[in-house]
Amino acid sequence: MTLYLLCYALFLVGLYGLITKRDIVKIILASGIMGYAVNLMIVLFGYKRQAIYPILEKGKPVASMVDPLPQALVLTSIVIELGTTALLVALAVRLFRKYRTYDITKIRRLRG
Amino acid sequence: MILPSFMVIPLAAAFLITLLARRDGIGAALISLVATAATLGLSVYALVGFGGSTVVYSMGGWKIPIGIPLVADSFTVFMLMMVNLIALASLAYSWGYLRWLGSDWKYYALFMTLLTGMNGVLITGDLFNLFVFMEIALLAGFALVAYGGQAHEFEASFKYAVMGGLSSSLILIAIAVVYSSTSTLTLAKIAEAYPALGPGLKIWVGVLLLAGFSLKAAVMPFHAWLPDAHSSAPAPISAMLSGVLIKTLGVYVLIRLFYNVFGAPTIFLQVFLVLGALSILLGVFLAVGQWDLKRLLAYHSISQIGYILIGMGLGTTLGMAGAIFHAFNHALFKSLLFFNAGAVEMGLGTRDLRKMGNITRLMPMTAHSSMVASLSISGIPPFNGFFSKLIIIIAAIQARQPVFGFLAVIGSLLTLASFMKVQRYGFRSEKPAEAAERKIGWSMNLAMAVLAVLCVLMSLLVVPGIKEGILDPVVSAVMNKTGYAELVLGR
Repeated sequence: MTLYLLCYALFLVGLYGLITKRDIVKIILASGIMGYAVNLMIVLFGYKRQAIYPILEKGKPVASMVDPLPQALVLTSIVIELGTTALLVALAVRLFRKYRTYDITKIRRLRG
Repeated sequence: MILPSFMVIPLAAAFLITLLARRDGIGAALISLVATAATLGLSVYALVGFGGSTVVYSMGGWKIPIGIPLVADSFTVFMLMMVNLIALASLAYSWGYLRWLGSDWKYYALFMTLLTGMNGVLITGDLFNLFVFMEIALLAGFALVAYGGQAHEFEASFKYAVMGGLSSSLILIAIAVVYSSTSTLTLAKIAEAYPALGPGLKIWVGVLLLAGFSLKAAVMPFHAWLPDAHSSAPAPISAMLSGVLIKTLGVYVLIRLFYNVFGAPTIFLQVFLVLGALSILLGVFLAVGQWDLKRLLAYHSISQIGYILIGMGLGTTLGMAGAIFHAFNHALFKSLLFFNAGAVEMGLGTRDLRKMGNITRLMPMTAHSSMVASLSISGIPPFNGFFSKLIIIIAAIQARQPVFGFLAVIGSLLTLASFMKVQRYGFRSEKPAEAAERKIGWSMNLAMAVLAVLCVLMSLLVVPGIKEGILDPVVSAVMNKTGYAELVLGR
């Protein structure tokens, strides 16, 4: 239970950063932290106390293994996050070239 | 089987374009046109050939609890036809439009990736697979919004990407909770296990999914990214995003999850109604004050999504028919309006309604087709928008929710007012004539003409004989609720 609460706290840290920070780089980091919290939670869902790694061998009972599916899901979601973060960083670089600032409050050409 | 080809053909086209195309992009345009025509042909074949039955394909031969099934029922096939139709029109339009914007093969490769993502979301029968395809479509969408390379486009794309990341996190948490409580990710198996869950868990999962996918659909409290992203993107991409992306990633998934998987729980239908009414009114209020044509259209997208949500929230067969019909109509006329806006921007070099003039003479096709689309979106009788709005309003009254019917009528009147403004100041203004800066291409005129004709023709979908053939199987597939699971699992 403590682990889940810590996960939730990590998610809230990310969300707080995403909402309150003004620096684009910090916003990107915050969205990364939020992603880590979610990934951690998915792995936790597949965790069993005192379980072993999920590789089938002769004479190893399946019941004592952790669930391998969440690990596969997390790998996929990490790759997706990598793509999103790379795109965000690329956008941040281009934004800096255009506006000469990383401050999101000064990047406001779109209104209304 | 043809089900995997809806993903394979556009994805293969995207890779072929990056391998083969030269810098000018003509080959890339041809490859993507052929690929999209093929998927459109396949979806029409599926609409006719499957005859309303549910077709299931197991990827790699793995059976359902283990593998990922692809599922095509009549709702999926109908949406596939809509997406590929708009995609083909947008590509034809891009042929002329990109001459001005700077033609490049990267645009077509990204476009094909976007199409892959949307087709994948529609056809998959697995929750996590749906998430992956959604991310494919979104990543391509972020890049395409910033395609023009101007400062405000990067700004809009950044906003869109951050909001998209937030909603994806919410959806991923929901997927994790669903997996941990039902031990499966196949939609049909989730539908079987769902009634046994505790009431608290049901609310949790529902709220997370509702918030996540409402962000994608830009329903009112979650709409902040849409006006920026949809007005900054190149015109054919605005048409794709506003016309079909918010419907596949937002509305389609919401209907599929909340009707076919969760069996339409009343509490969430109420939430749909309230969010829908909010979107209709606030969206249209914000739209009336706009002078930037594309921004005005973007706000109208929020408002029109509200109509679809009200139809969904009523929970009756007629309401759902209205919602699905309106989704299709909105794809047609909103894409057409964005094409018009793009043509004006290209021809006169402005998006400000006050600076436009003499469009009727310089660009007759743009002016006339914009009239058709404006009348459609405001709900004037012979056009398709009238019939779908009428169905939704009648359904609201029949379902004893006259308040929401009344709000829908008010929204429709305000829509009419704002499009009278668009016509009066923009397309039919009597400003002194100057020559157009650029001639708009024949392919752009063709795309606009085809969509304008379809806007009129689609009102035939309510004619009794045709309604039973096309619209009714779609609605019954949705209103069958968790019968979807039995059809997929073959019980």
